[in-house]
Amino acid sequence: MKAITGAHSGTGSWLLQRATAVLLALALPGLAVYVLAALPVDFAGWQALFAPQGVRVLLLLAAVALALHAWVGMRDILMDYVRPTGVRLALLLAVIVVLAGSVVWLAAVLWRPA
Amino acid sequence: MKFRLYRYSPETGEQPFMQDVELDIEPAGRMLLDALIAIKAQDETLSMRRSCREGVCGSDAVNVNGRNRLACITPLTELKEPVEVRPLPGLPVIRDLVVDMAPFYQQYRSVKPWLINDTPEPEVERLQLPEDRDRLDGAYECILCACCTTACPSFWWNPETFVGPAGLLQAWRFIADSRDEATAARLDNLEDPYRLYRCRGIMNCVDACPKGLNPTAAIGHIKALLVRRRV
Repeated sequence: MKAITGAHSGTGSWLLQRATAVLLALALPGLAVYVLAALPVDFAGWQALFAPQGVRVLLLLAAVALALHAWVGMRDILMDYVRPTGVRLALLLAVIVVLAGSVVWLAAVLWRPA
Repeated sequence: MKFRLYRYSPETGEQPFMQDVELDIEPAGRMLLDALIAIKAQDETLSMRRSCREGVCGSDAVNVNGRNRLACITPLTELKEPVEVRPLPGLPVIRDLVVDMAPFYQQYRSVKPWLINDTPEPEVERLQLPEDRDRLDGAYECILCACCTTACPSFWWNPETFVGPAGLLQAWRFIADSRDEATAARLDNLEDPYRLYRCRGIMNCVDACPKGLNPTAAIGHIKALLVRRRV
């Protein structure tokens, strides 16, 4: 019988999901309070809200953490439900494109010249 | 008392069905297994497993009103009628309440559930400090009834790749044993996106265990060791 052994991976992504969860638990309520406290705002006020460099960096960090967190979660879902390797690879690639694309898009929006 | 039993016999070619059974039995002081044995006395075609009838052998694990339990230690007075008795979920049914435990045992075997120690044997036994022995409490009591593993959605989805709560609890039992020398190899064996990390912390295993054990905690201990080894 073939010896059963581990793939020597998995701890990293498990740890990543836990670490990003902690970061999100801290950052998201803070950002939510920051935005909600300023409501109602017009467009100029909305832009001013994200003018401080610190807010932009925090928001982008939170978005990166969210993307990494979602990556581990989506990969787990696809590992459970999508068995054909080709289909799974294609879907994993699509998830990467959407997540990475969203983060880059957010960065572009945040640092768009006024 | 009213019962609904899952019936299936492959040679008839019929689909599995639920059979309503009325049984004249006094529930006070009796267990579900007593009722099943009485039903079998009326209708000997009913197939089930049982042996010790006191919650030690783990043979008569069944799904009762949606929960995996040992029929022999489930008081009839606790159960809502009609009492729905099904075979354990997630394993192939051989007949009626009897399931094929092979996928469960295969995962159990894969964690090498025995002491690995290449040091020459001492004159008497391998001694252990009382504190070291205490670390095995909550891990060695498992009777391999499969209530936990067959309650685990991760095992339903990946029975051939996910070790399952019972197997992982046993893996921890030997990792935690001060007399075992194969900790590194055991961790290597488990460090895998499927074998260990399919556990999503659903904790159905803790809810189902008739011996009150906590496989999720054991899995947490294994993960902690893997993280410590890595960072």
